[in-house]
Amino acid sequence: MIQINNLKKVYNGVTVLNIDHLEIKKGESFGLVGNNGAGKTTLFSLLLDLIEPTTGAVKLNNVQVNESEAWKPFTAAFVDESFLIGYLTPEEYFYFIGELRGQNRASVDELLIKHKDFFNGEILNKKKYLRDLSKGNQKKVGIIATLIGNPEIIILDEPFANLDPTTQFRLKKIIKDLADDKDVTILVSSHDLAHTTEVSDRIVAMHKGQVVKDIYTSEETLKELEEFFAV
Amino acid sequence: MFKKFLWLEWKSFTRSSAFATNVALKVLMILVALYFSAMFLLLGVGSFYIIRESTSVDPLIIISQFAIYYLVFDLLFRYFMQKMPVINIRPLLTLPIKRGTIVNFALGKTAVSFFNIMHAFFFVPFSIVLLIEGYDPLGVVLWHISMMALIYSNNFINILADDKDAIFYTVATIIVGLGATQYYGVFDITPYTQVFFHGLYATYYLWVIPVALVAGIYYGCYKLFSKELYLDTGLKGKHEVAQTQDFKWLNQFGTMGTFLKNDIKLILRNKRSKTTLLMSGLFIFYGLLFFTNAIEIYQGPFWSMFAGIFVTGGFMMTFGQFVPSWDSAYYPLMMSQNIQYREYIASKWWLMVIGTTASALIASFYLYFGLDTYLMLLAGAVYNIGVNSHLVLLGGAFIKTPIDLTTSKQAFGDKKAFNLKTFLISLPKMLVPMALYGIGFYIFSPTAGALFVAVAGVLGFAFRNKAFAQIEKIYKREKYDTLAAYKQKN
Repeated sequence: MIQINNLKKVYNGVTVLNIDHLEIKKGESFGLVGNNGAGKTTLFSLLLDLIEPTTGAVKLNNVQVNESEAWKPFTAAFVDESFLIGYLTPEEYFYFIGELRGQNRASVDELLIKHKDFFNGEILNKKKYLRDLSKGNQKKVGIIATLIGNPEIIILDEPFANLDPTTQFRLKKIIKDLADDKDVTILVSSHDLAHTTEVSDRIVAMHKGQVVKDIYTSEETLKELEEFFAV
Repeated sequence: MFKKFLWLEWKSFTRSSAFATNVALKVLMILVALYFSAMFLLLGVGSFYIIRESTSVDPLIIISQFAIYYLVFDLLFRYFMQKMPVINIRPLLTLPIKRGTIVNFALGKTAVSFFNIMHAFFFVPFSIVLLIEGYDPLGVVLWHISMMALIYSNNFINILADDKDAIFYTVATIIVGLGATQYYGVFDITPYTQVFFHGLYATYYLWVIPVALVAGIYYGCYKLFSKELYLDTGLKGKHEVAQTQDFKWLNQFGTMGTFLKNDIKLILRNKRSKTTLLMSGLFIFYGLLFFTNAIEIYQGPFWSMFAGIFVTGGFMMTFGQFVPSWDSAYYPLMMSQNIQYREYIASKWWLMVIGTTASALIASFYLYFGLDTYLMLLAGAVYNIGVNSHLVLLGGAFIKTPIDLTTSKQAFGDKKAFNLKTFLISLPKMLVPMALYGIGFYIFSPTAGALFVAVAGVLGFAFRNKAFAQIEKIYKREKYDTLAAYKQKN
């Protein structure tokens, strides 16, 4: 589903990302862990063609992202608040995304009802624009919006950050459900090793722009990762 | 502490992306500034003698009579042109810096603005000429100090008006009221103000009033901003009660309708874009200056066409200039969502077409000035749609200034939708239709002139797909740079 070859990003002579080869299969639930500056967000930005690779290429479903726009219909992402439109209400934002993804109102509403618990009564019909919501509530909107239109690839950068404990539990449930769906490839990055091992069946650890661990989750994974990151 | 602030300012200036990409523009702005300085300097030295030669009345009396207009015009000019000081305050709040120091710095920063310095180029030479001509030295000095105090009062009134809409409307009402009453000969304020302004020179005590005024207004600004220097007041921005709107009638246009809906919300829900809309509304009436022959130098076919382009293209120029910057806050979303470039550009184009068409319809009252005038305006509209719309979209790809829609309500925010930069870039878009109309007008007739311009517009329209393809290419080429520049908040 996702193919990365010789991908390199260099800023002013400093290599911030260097991945020879990485392949993510369809239906995989992929977790990305690493310290600050490990290159997680850089990798996601490259996957979404938001930054230009110095060398190499990313292919989503055999579409090279910096040459064609054909990857956009089946890919959804929430990286940060720059994926939200501040002057819209949450409902308007969901419908906007829905229309872009060819969904009618009814199917968007259905999805919203399904995730009513996740919103915890703080999002819908609050007569607030997205810009006036708290960071955590903004995040909830962004995450649910990526589910609209049944995308085949979902990319979430640090989805657990800024969320309250209850919402974190609910988010884990959502991601696990998606992981069970064999048509959806989901990529999640996090600083939290426990969360990631819980929701992902494959975990890649990055350090200074390189892949240093690539493991399929098992009982020992968390311990292995903790040992790796312990100083 | 001020030295530290200056250091911060210098860093933010030299490290902004606008500085790197717009050096040519900066040079142009400096040239314009130099030009204005030179003009004021000449005016300062020359006006005394010119007035004395032509009227044989004491020049200081004449100047005093018109001083009120000078100040009023200055205030208007500032309101539309002067940018508010942007100082990044949030990170400073918890540092051991007195609040007063922060406010004083932000206000003090406006004092060294070109909008104030410019006047010194007029008043300093004028005062020197007064001294040479044997006016009472102490009186001249007091007059000079008073005038500069009034200029600075304008500076701070502008800050207040910019922050509090109520103050803007009050000041605007007084100005319009005085202007109207004088125009219709009901009440002329200048004889009274003349006494005052001349009194600044003639008496040794009247200077207290302007100096007290500037001190008072400064204190007002200081109080206001000190009070607003909390995260939950002035630095927070207002929370409006949001209303979900549908615009269902736009659904029939498919994806285009989706974008248009969004753009309409963008325009209606953000202060910055609302100001832009207001500006473009004013442009519709801009032609009145030309067609009523109110201003002598504005006569002749070239200038009529100039007006024609602005009357129908005001929205296009002011709004279109900043495509795609309007979407800067969520540009990564637009670039990764299921949106094809072509659709995105086309929807912005349609928005400008709608704006231009609406302007042309509202402008139908120009029929009062004759069919030729309105035909010329329509030709301008066709040219705007056919040619300028593409140029505007093209230009937008290179203006990588992020527009901060969300913080436009903040006390120290930058909220001017119209600035010199935008204006300068608009200039070339006028010259072609002006020339075409002029040629047709002089060789054949006004109708032929309008026809020439309209044909140019239709030709441009015929190349629409080519132009779009080209624009799309440039947007794609600039995509990564644009994304990087938008990341950088002012």
